[in-house]
Amino acid sequence: MKAKVHVTLKNGVLDPQGKAVEHALGTLGFDGVGEVRIGKYIELELTDAAEKTKENIENMCKQLLANTVIENFDVEIVE
Amino acid sequence: MKAAVIVFPGSNCDRDMMVGIEHSLGRKPEMVWHKETELPDVDFIAVPGGFSYGDYLRCGAMSAHSPIMREVVKKANAGVRVLGVCNGFQILTEAGLLPGVLMRNAKLKFICKDVHLKVENASTDFTSKYSAGQAIRIPVAHHDGNYFAADDVLKSIEDNNQVAFRYCDEAGNVSEEANINGSRNNIAGILNENKNVLGMMPHPERLCDAQLGGTDGKPLFDALVEALS
Repeated sequence: MKAKVHVTLKNGVLDPQGKAVEHALGTLGFDGVGEVRIGKYIELELTDAAEKTKENIENMCKQLLANTVIENFDVEIVE
Repeated sequence: MKAAVIVFPGSNCDRDMMVGIEHSLGRKPEMVWHKETELPDVDFIAVPGGFSYGDYLRCGAMSAHSPIMREVVKKANAGVRVLGVCNGFQILTEAGLLPGVLMRNAKLKFICKDVHLKVENASTDFTSKYSAGQAIRIPVAHHDGNYFAADDVLKSIEDNNQVAFRYCDEAGNVSEEANINGSRNNIAGILNENKNVLGMMPHPERLCDAQLGGTDGKPLFDALVEALS
């Protein structure tokens, strides 16, 4: 069993890396790319000993995986 | 004053911090490895700069959960003076001792140079040897020093005089041009609500000796020694 965690910047938080990538895509000739936002994807393997609830994974996000001052997170548990 | 410097794997300003403190205090602080679970009886703790844990996940995120940080948080909440410089500042925000967060520099470049700081609050145990409004010269060396806090948090920081230093020009003007890394309100250093915890991106410990190019960092340590003696 796995947990898939996406960590993304909150709306309103500037993302200079995203801006730079947006600019670079335009330079490469890819037209029509609007705002680019860069986040993180974290995959966690859940062994038998793990508490496989969404709440448990969300606690991991709040305590370590994301900084909720600037980041949102989204948790998905998959077989 | 009894002082300790916390050492993480990847700290690289720990010895500079030791020497900086020693210059003002006249003796060496204790160096405490991050795996320790107890702190010596101290009234000042410095969390130095560097790249603790290789900046994995987010700068300071891993170190904020090191065993010793539980003790640092406890001591800070009990009123012990805590200074975090550069990576130390990032660690203190991740540990919840200071509000906000340090993001990637707005222009995405690592910045290593001397900058000027306007002393905003000169009535703390860290800053009492400066005068309010004074422009001091202190080096920075960071990639992630872009201070961010949400509007409401920023307002409370400003209303409560928690801004210690702002990036400014040589004459002390706080301007957009002087804002090297995109920090909100040009913030270079902030205090907690009780003013016993200070986090700052610039490195005062690097300018404590005229032979190293200047002494504008020394009054910060002199002030602590005086306040805690």
